[in-house]
Amino acid sequence: MQHAFEAGTLIAVIAGVMGYFVVLRRSAFTAHAFSEIGFAGAAGVLLLGINPIVGLLLGSSLGGLAIAALGRRAANRDTQIGIVLAFALGLGVLFISLYSGYATAAYSILFGQILGISSSDVLLTLVAALIILATVAIIYRPLLFASLDEDVAEAKGMPMLFLGTAFMLLVAIAVSFSVQVIGVLLIFSLMVTPAATAQRMARQPQRAIMISVAVALFATWSGLFIAFYEPYPVSFFITGIVFTLYLMVRLIQRIGRGKVNHSLQK
Amino acid sequence: MSLTLPRLRSVGVESSLIAAENLTAGYRDKIVWREANFAFGRGELVAVIGPNAAGKTTLFRLLLGLQQPIGGTIKIFGAPPKRGNPRIGYVPQRHVIDSETNIEALELVRLALSGKRWGFNPFSHDDRDAAIAALEAVDAMEVAHRPLGVLSGGELQRIFLAEALVSNPEVLLLDEPLSNLDMRRETDLLHLVDDVVRSRGITALLIAHNINPLLPHLDKVVYIASGRVATGKPSEVLTSESLTALYGIQVEVLRDPHGNVAIIGLEEHHGDV
Repeated sequence: MQHAFEAGTLIAVIAGVMGYFVVLRRSAFTAHAFSEIGFAGAAGVLLLGINPIVGLLLGSSLGGLAIAALGRRAANRDTQIGIVLAFALGLGVLFISLYSGYATAAYSILFGQILGISSSDVLLTLVAALIILATVAIIYRPLLFASLDEDVAEAKGMPMLFLGTAFMLLVAIAVSFSVQVIGVLLIFSLMVTPAATAQRMARQPQRAIMISVAVALFATWSGLFIAFYEPYPVSFFITGIVFTLYLMVRLIQRIGRGKVNHSLQK
Repeated sequence: MSLTLPRLRSVGVESSLIAAENLTAGYRDKIVWREANFAFGRGELVAVIGPNAAGKTTLFRLLLGLQQPIGGTIKIFGAPPKRGNPRIGYVPQRHVIDSETNIEALELVRLALSGKRWGFNPFSHDDRDAAIAALEAVDAMEVAHRPLGVLSGGELQRIFLAEALVSNPEVLLLDEPLSNLDMRRETDLLHLVDDVVRSRGITALLIAHNINPLLPHLDKVVYIASGRVATGKPSEVLTSESLTALYGIQVEVLRDPHGNVAIIGLEEHHGDV
């Protein structure tokens, strides 16, 4: 359980941070595609007896590089990405059916199985977290500006291809490790929803990132805590909590707006 | 502390900030326009007009160093353009900002100054101060803390102008800043651009579809159509004679009693020249 909390904390932080940029750059679908392409990688290396994380990293990184190569402006990008990820899922299904090992392996890739995480995986997660946070710290301002105003950033001679590729690889790493907690299918719950909630609440990026991490941490810890007592999957609780928080924020903001309108009308 | 020697800038014969000689622009297989000659000095306000797809944005791309000429020369600040010159401010043609974007306007203007620096500095205030100064210059401080997604077209254009001004450029390139604005906002923005540009001695090039609102403010006009480029004072360039001579086809320039201009005969030209 202690390992689960350690890994969960690290993952909530990296998912909260990267999620902010994913939402900012409207790349939520791409992040989801990474987890599903990574799934094929994970299922594939499982057949070879290798740690699924390696497969996730390979799959999502390759997918990330391919998508970055498409360029940001490619029309029909969603369609192209969707076509590739559908094929990747198909491959994943094949690999899973060929796998004759523990049945829970497939389940844990799809839905997360943090409770059983090993100490070596926690260490791996720590290394990944350090790499992501250090890189984000370095490219923070250029990445932020290039995400907000692509045309002016390009005109200013900023390294757009490098930033786009670095971003994709960071997302690939964050997604691959987040799968441990939340699984391939529910990746949005850590990579998107907390950040989407946060960016509704804060108008400055630094503040929004902190809120995003806070939401992810709260949901992960609560989810782990509840799962200790209830027999249902951790990933479900985390998903439920972030979704509820998101709805609450939207509701509160709508009521707030309604009050303003009402008082304006008087 | 290392000594930095002052950079010696060679004093050229011409004092113009932007100069082109026989400039031809295009891509490998297609010429967009050819043999343009122009020179713009400090503090001039220049309109760039012409039909759609004539190559107006191409001129900006050349000045920004995003594209290379395929013939002739172009110089800015006495040297060929290179990408990322902080002395040029650029306001590109705009896509609509997603209404969900919650980032405040001040942040965008700040980042325009600090975005080129790696890392992040939570304690620095220079970029914030510069951003506020730029927003004050464009009279947009009251929307500084509002999310970009809820701003109106006119407010956004001021923010984008502040974004370009924050690094104190000497040249400003505005690509269709007036489209999507109603006439009232158009006039307001033009007055603002004129004020800012005159007070700072900035050389401004402005792409527009309709030259009429700009006429009272202009020093020069660049007319791009059918692969040719005419440059000069509006009163010289915008005449039936000069445009007919330049384009080799009958062009009529009509003026109404208020001084508004209509150019007939050089509509969109989709063929190569």
